[in-house]
Amino acid sequence: MAILHTVNKSPFERDALESCLKHALAGSSVLLFEDGVAAAVDGTAYADQIKGAMENVSLFVLGEDLKARGLGEHKLIDGITVVDYKGFVELAAKNDSVQSWL
Amino acid sequence: MKFSILINEGPYQHQASDTAYKFIEAALEAGHEIFRVFFYHDGVNNSTRYTVPPQDDRNIQVRWSELAEKHDMDLVVCIAAAQRRGILDENEAKRQGKDGDNIAPGFRISGLGQLIEAGIQADRLVTFGD
Amino acid sequence: MSDVKKFLYVNRKQPYGTIYALESLEVVLIGAAFEQDVSLAFVDDGVYQLTKGQDPSGIGMKNFSPTYTALGDYDINKIYVEKESLEARGLTIDDLQHLTWEDEDEDWAEKDSIRVVSASEMAEIMDQQDVVLSF
Repeated sequence: MAILHTVNKSPFERDALESCLKHALAGSSVLLFEDGVAAAVDGTAYADQIKGAMENVSLFVLGEDLKARGLGEHKLIDGITVVDYKGFVELAAKNDSVQSWL
Repeated sequence: MKFSILINEGPYQHQASDTAYKFIEAALEAGHEIFRVFFYHDGVNNSTRYTVPPQDDRNIQVRWSELAEKHDMDLVVCIAAAQRRGILDENEAKRQGKDGDNIAPGFRISGLGQLIEAGIQADRLVTFGD
Repeated sequence: MSDVKKFLYVNRKQPYGTIYALESLEVVLIGAAFEQDVSLAFVDDGVYQLTKGQDPSGIGMKNFSPTYTALGDYDINKIYVEKESLEARGLTIDDLQHLTWEDEDEDWAEKDSIRVVSASEMAEIMDQQDVVLSF
């Protein structure tokens, strides 16, 4: 099945992202939103891990949460797709189920 | 597509109820159906009508009540979590011998079975929490 | 009658420090009545929920850990505990409660409910679920 995994906490605060990436199978999608968007920025301590993960899973980030935190799209890891709430809904609908990593 | 939404956190303290609200708005706009919104843990605190947030900020409880009315949406507050945190409707207040109730319009208090049913009946269950 | 769905309850937090462990267990027990295909996953700090010998009297809280032993009676016997999470925390299966269920198809033979699985096995289990509840 194709799962949409969601991560809403910062990797600097919580191990949710790390755990998510350890359990997301190839072909699944991961959406970063709320404080989780911190992981989408290039050059962080987690960037290499995320780039590695992106060889198997599709990474998405919620644009509105980036904007809220003053993080410009130019700062993002290459290949991460920015979505809006409409896109969040589409991801949830397109994948077979949603698993939230809190 | 039918969505059920689980909200685990209270208003303002966490972004959960804000994100859930925006998700629901977008889902409705895309023509999807919201089967139920279930409030658990501190999420039950979304349903008190006694909040007085600053005038220039969003009123989370009113927003939920308006959503419920406009779309006939089922907003369910878990009775066990509500009891722990002091959210009562008129019946519960009487039953528990309390001197008042505080639940906002559009919310109803019910059991955890409603959450399981929400998972069974919907095509997708999305959780918003901490 | 609805189709039976695969429900997974994911537990990643310690008991007592927050209410998620207790309140998620309450969902599991109520949910048992709905006869779905239920599994529980204990990952990361969630593994602490199953330790034996919990005594929260000193912190003024109620010990709800005995409730886990009732899960077998509710036909909840797929309890997955992640090996890497245990090891990272210096724990082994011997630190956990011995949870069992009785298999009526095998003359009520008592069997272990806890299955220690690797992270990659856990990933496969998660991938198969229809509904995932996270707390």
